[in-house]
Amino acid sequence: MSESALRRLTVTELKLFGRERGGVIWGVGFPLLLLVIFGNIPGFRTPVSKSVHGLSILDAYLPILIAFVLAMLALNALPAALAGYREKGVLRRLATTPVGPGRVLAAQLAVNVAVVLVTLVLLAGVARVAFGVALPRHAAGFALAVVLTIAALFGLGLLIAAVVPTGRAASATGAILFFPMMFFAGLWLPIAAMPPVLQHVSHATPLGAAAQSLTDAWQGHWPHPLQLLALAAYGLVFILGAARLFRWE
Amino acid sequence: MPAVIEVRNLHKSYRDTVAVDDVSFTVGEGEIFGILGPNGAGKTTTVECIEGLRVPDGGAISVLGLDPRRDHAELAQRLGVQLQDSQLPERLEVGEALDLYSSFYRRPADWKALADTLGLSAKRRTRYGKLSGGQKQRLSIALALVGSPQVTVLDELTTGLDPQARRDTWALIEGVRASGVTILLVTHFMEEAERLCDRVALIDAGKIVAIDTPSALAAGVAGAEMRIRFRPSPQIHDGLLTGLPEVTSITRRGDMVEVTGTGNVVAAVTSVLARNQIVAEQLRVDQASLEDAFVALTGHGNHEEDK
Repeated sequence: MSESALRRLTVTELKLFGRERGGVIWGVGFPLLLLVIFGNIPGFRTPVSKSVHGLSILDAYLPILIAFVLAMLALNALPAALAGYREKGVLRRLATTPVGPGRVLAAQLAVNVAVVLVTLVLLAGVARVAFGVALPRHAAGFALAVVLTIAALFGLGLLIAAVVPTGRAASATGAILFFPMMFFAGLWLPIAAMPPVLQHVSHATPLGAAAQSLTDAWQGHWPHPLQLLALAAYGLVFILGAARLFRWE
Repeated sequence: MPAVIEVRNLHKSYRDTVAVDDVSFTVGEGEIFGILGPNGAGKTTTVECIEGLRVPDGGAISVLGLDPRRDHAELAQRLGVQLQDSQLPERLEVGEALDLYSSFYRRPADWKALADTLGLSAKRRTRYGKLSGGQKQRLSIALALVGSPQVTVLDELTTGLDPQARRDTWALIEGVRASGVTILLVTHFMEEAERLCDRVALIDAGKIVAIDTPSALAAGVAGAEMRIRFRPSPQIHDGLLTGLPEVTSITRRGDMVEVTGTGNVVAAVTSVLARNQIVAEQLRVDQASLEDAFVALTGHGNHEEDK
């Protein structure tokens, strides 16, 4: 029963994710569109001098786009869906069935993480094929950075879902967190181009640490342990907090 | 009749308010048992304890011999639930919802047949957000039944439905009972309880005021009077009826006669009329209802706005 129920739940959540459109447009379509636009600006593909360590602007932006995808899905799509389910009594209703509400949370997480990974592969693939950007050079470091980033950001998403009362409030909270967090990830100003103080602050934020770790691994270095540690700590704290505070109704 | 649901001395408080204060009742197999009372009386809290959604502060509950908390997984297989104010994702289709919920159970019902019975077949591809209130309600009943439960708990089944949809839903519930399912029905509609329930527990301020069949509750109202109204043809003298021991008063409004009385007053009056070959036109008999019983037992009405 339960295994097929979980599969059916996940398939259903995937369909609903597609129908919701927000996640697809902002979490998948928009970053890809940005990549294509940046890739077609001639100057963006040639290495720039000192300020960004000899990377092309496209090289520098790929990890930021990945952070963007994660922020969209983990901070916006996931908490809005879960808080909406709680608000509408979907979780309570499931609590009266043999599967329980925990599995719909698992299905939601599975769908969002899967979409993140697929989009990540799409971004790297399109950048490689269309614009000649190399794939991440330090595969293990990159994988670890991705895993820890997922833990930290989805942990934060679950924490938002745990503390806000409604789906609408979850969207608002996600949006409010999105802009400062994306600033520190370097969306408007790459971390490498930030003044030193801002760089330090940035490395201490979840998305800044994520963008820096992904950039390092992409360029062939093992990500800085402090940033990996920061991501792991954020993940742990957020997930524990969410587990403590999450209410099914 | 073996007991399917047994509630003994149930207590439940939220912070400083007592929601359920020593509630006990037993529901027999195949029964439609109603829990009737105003909003805030503790009806929903009581059934949420039965469903295992809430932990009682005191007392014992057994459903099909199972403990709602300890044996939750097993009970969830055999108990169908319709919650008050519970919705589905807006963009989920009716057929998808039924298919999904049927995958939760060991022995699911054929959800397509169920959709047919509930008049939802034409809506299988319709999204939940596009359904009318009545259709949503029917879908939530279908989801309560999709696991082939032995017992169902239906909370505020027809709140928010128009009168026609309400009557259709009642007919449906009678059909469900006919298939052998024991039903626990939570309602604040007297008419609904009167129409559907074999027995009713009147609950007020967390306490059970009375448990009996709806007609016994109505009949037990102290000094219950019946009122008979008719237009006699040809007209009669009051004297014809005042002599009857069952009659307490006669009043006239135009050519209408209104007789009040107790006991077998209807039979007494109609036989007198028949003996004198008088036709009672526009005959109407009003008797004490469950509502009267409720007022008599609780000392206040059941007035409240429908949500």
